[in-house]
Amino acid sequence: MIFRRNLSLRWKIPLRVMGAVLGTAISVTAALVVWEYDEMRLNLEGHAKSLGRVLANTLVGPVLHDDIWRAYEILQSARETYPAAPELHAEVVLITDADYKVFVSSKPREFPIGSSPATKGGAYAQLRSGSVGGDAMAQRVLEPAGSPVYFVMSPLVADGVALGHVILGYSKVSFMPRFVGLVKRAALVTVLVLLIIAPISWVWASRTGEPLLRLAEAMRRVPGELAESRLTDLPKSGDEIGQLAEAYQRMVGELKDKQELERQMVVSERLAAVGRLTAGIAHEINNPLAGMLTAINTYQRHGSGNDPLALSTLSLLERGLTQIRHTVGALLVESKAKDRPFAPEDVADLLILAEAEAHGRGIGVVVVSELHQPLALPATLMRQILLNLLLNAISAAEEGGGVRLLVEPGDRHLRLAVTNDGDYIPQERMDTLFEPFATTSDRGHGLGLWIVYQIVQQLAGEIEVESLPGYTTFKVDIPYGNTV
Amino acid sequence: MAGEAARATLIISLMFPSDRTLLRTRRRRLLLALASLPAWPAAATSADGAVVRIGLTPVFLDDQVSFLGQWRAWLEKKLDRAVVFVQRGNYREISDLLRAGKIDFAWLCGYPYIRHRREFRLVAVPLWRGQPLYQSYLIVPADDHKTHSIGELRGKVFAYSDPDSNSGFLYPQYLLLQQGERPSSFFARTFFTWAHRKVVEAVGVGLADGGAVDGYVWETLAEGRPDLTAATRIINRSPLLGYPPFVARSDIPARDLEQFRQVLLGMQADPLGSELLGRLRLDGFTVGKPALFDGIAQMAERVDGK
Repeated sequence: MIFRRNLSLRWKIPLRVMGAVLGTAISVTAALVVWEYDEMRLNLEGHAKSLGRVLANTLVGPVLHDDIWRAYEILQSARETYPAAPELHAEVVLITDADYKVFVSSKPREFPIGSSPATKGGAYAQLRSGSVGGDAMAQRVLEPAGSPVYFVMSPLVADGVALGHVILGYSKVSFMPRFVGLVKRAALVTVLVLLIIAPISWVWASRTGEPLLRLAEAMRRVPGELAESRLTDLPKSGDEIGQLAEAYQRMVGELKDKQELERQMVVSERLAAVGRLTAGIAHEINNPLAGMLTAINTYQRHGSGNDPLALSTLSLLERGLTQIRHTVGALLVESKAKDRPFAPEDVADLLILAEAEAHGRGIGVVVVSELHQPLALPATLMRQILLNLLLNAISAAEEGGGVRLLVEPGDRHLRLAVTNDGDYIPQERMDTLFEPFATTSDRGHGLGLWIVYQIVQQLAGEIEVESLPGYTTFKVDIPYGNTV
Repeated sequence: MAGEAARATLIISLMFPSDRTLLRTRRRRLLLALASLPAWPAAATSADGAVVRIGLTPVFLDDQVSFLGQWRAWLEKKLDRAVVFVQRGNYREISDLLRAGKIDFAWLCGYPYIRHRREFRLVAVPLWRGQPLYQSYLIVPADDHKTHSIGELRGKVFAYSDPDSNSGFLYPQYLLLQQGERPSSFFARTFFTWAHRKVVEAVGVGLADGGAVDGYVWETLAEGRPDLTAATRIINRSPLLGYPPFVARSDIPARDLEQFRQVLLGMQADPLGSELLGRLRLDGFTVGKPALFDGIAQMAERVDGK
């Protein structure tokens, strides 16, 4: 039962269809066989009755004249076999007198003249006066229960007096071969029909189940492999399965969007936390740092200044502290209050800077700029963004590959896109891509994207990475007009 | 059959109850009924000598239409007269026709000849196995191994061929009388088959527990249809008795009688005649004397005078 319930639709639908086909075939066959059987019985009875009538009419003379031999000859001729219908062949023909004593029979050894057929027992026991019911002057069919023989009795009537009976005994057994033949024929036809219908039904049923199977297969992948699940070839049709597939696709799409959003939120929150932390630390470092650098400067300018060891030490300290200030400064990008607008010349400058870097590795840099007039965006920060993205792209590009910069000022947004054809960024790096020191590149210090991120944040823009095998694109979208 | 009759301008009616189909039997009965109509006026003119009428029965002649056709043609050629075979289902009808002078000759059993010997004239007696003699056989079914004499058939069913047959009726009657039995009540049931061959069949299938049959018919049948005779067993053979003779009506002209007798006696010497005799398994004819039938006469006296 459980097995049956758990059986895959791959089998369940075809098996059920096969069951229905088989059931239909069997019941139609059975109905035909029953109908045919009835027909055969009716035919036989009609034949037996007419034969009985003919015999009864013919035998009146011989019986009246006690002409046993003539009666016997007539019986023999009446028992001719019909090879096409062996069941029409009477097993035995008895002519009895009014007391059911044999006048003559077609089987003289079994039913000798003058004997009573009832002494033979079995079905014949009924053939005695008093046992046979019904109208003695009418034809009767005597079918003793559980007997392999049944009788068709026709009265021998002369001048309104019943002289005796013509009793045709038919074997139900001889009926069987014909019936078995009929059943065999019907079974053969059924099998032939099934041979044609069954494969068609099987294929058809399998096709009906197949979309459901695909849908089930796709659903099994949720939520682990959403992308794969989404790519599954689902049925496209207007029926319920098609609707189901469509709804499923929609659901998977929404799930995927939600997952993506959650991931982005996690990244954004982490970046925000990192930003707050670095800003705090930078602030705390910057104040004493400024004091220390001022003190060193004052000492260098106004100190005794003769001690060479002190001077070299202070110089060392100054260099170190300056490096700290640069690093902290890089971590904490601050927009300057006053800046000039971002102009087409800036893009040209950046191209010159980037080409110098790209030239060494044979990388082509293409710039497509729609910027023809200055925009109300801080030029320094914008240059920083573009320079960082371009340098990153050049270092990621294949040897002899290409980098493409798109600058596209929109209605209220400036859209930037930097594409390279290098290796794509694996998913696990995506999440920490913008974090400071996250990259362990031998060239960069891992702060480039962090700076880009902070600037974009400050400018209330959006940054998006799309990385697929063969190309990686950083898209930046910055609103202008209300800033600066 | 009908075509044959038309050509001869006279109609031969055959009544050989067929052992094949009911339909054929009925058709023949119908033919018999139709055929008997024109036969009578024709018979009435027989006295002028234009046509020789010979009565036959199927009691020992089997259903041999083609044989009878050839034999009739042969007789016509030899007699130089038209020959008509008048066939009836039993000896009684033939002997009645002969006594009434409606036929000229008849092939009868010795028993009716003896009964009416003052009205009939003996023409010739066939020779079977070289003698004008034959026997009656009493037979039982082959699967009955116990019965060895007619006395053991008491209360059984017995088949006779014809009530005017010597071998098929008179002999068993006589035998029973000799044993002190009353033939009329000895058997539980008796019936006539009107042909010797059918006695063999009736006993063979077990319809009758015993039967009396012409030994000549049994032996001839044993050659052609051994399956029929093999189903029977002979339990008694009668003494040798006079073979069924050809007889003539009493008022037959001497010339006609002699002519017919000579034709029969010469049959053996004639090539076609001997071939025809061969088909009957007969050797020829002999003049025969009435004394040949004394044995039958003796039995008839005992049976009829009981």
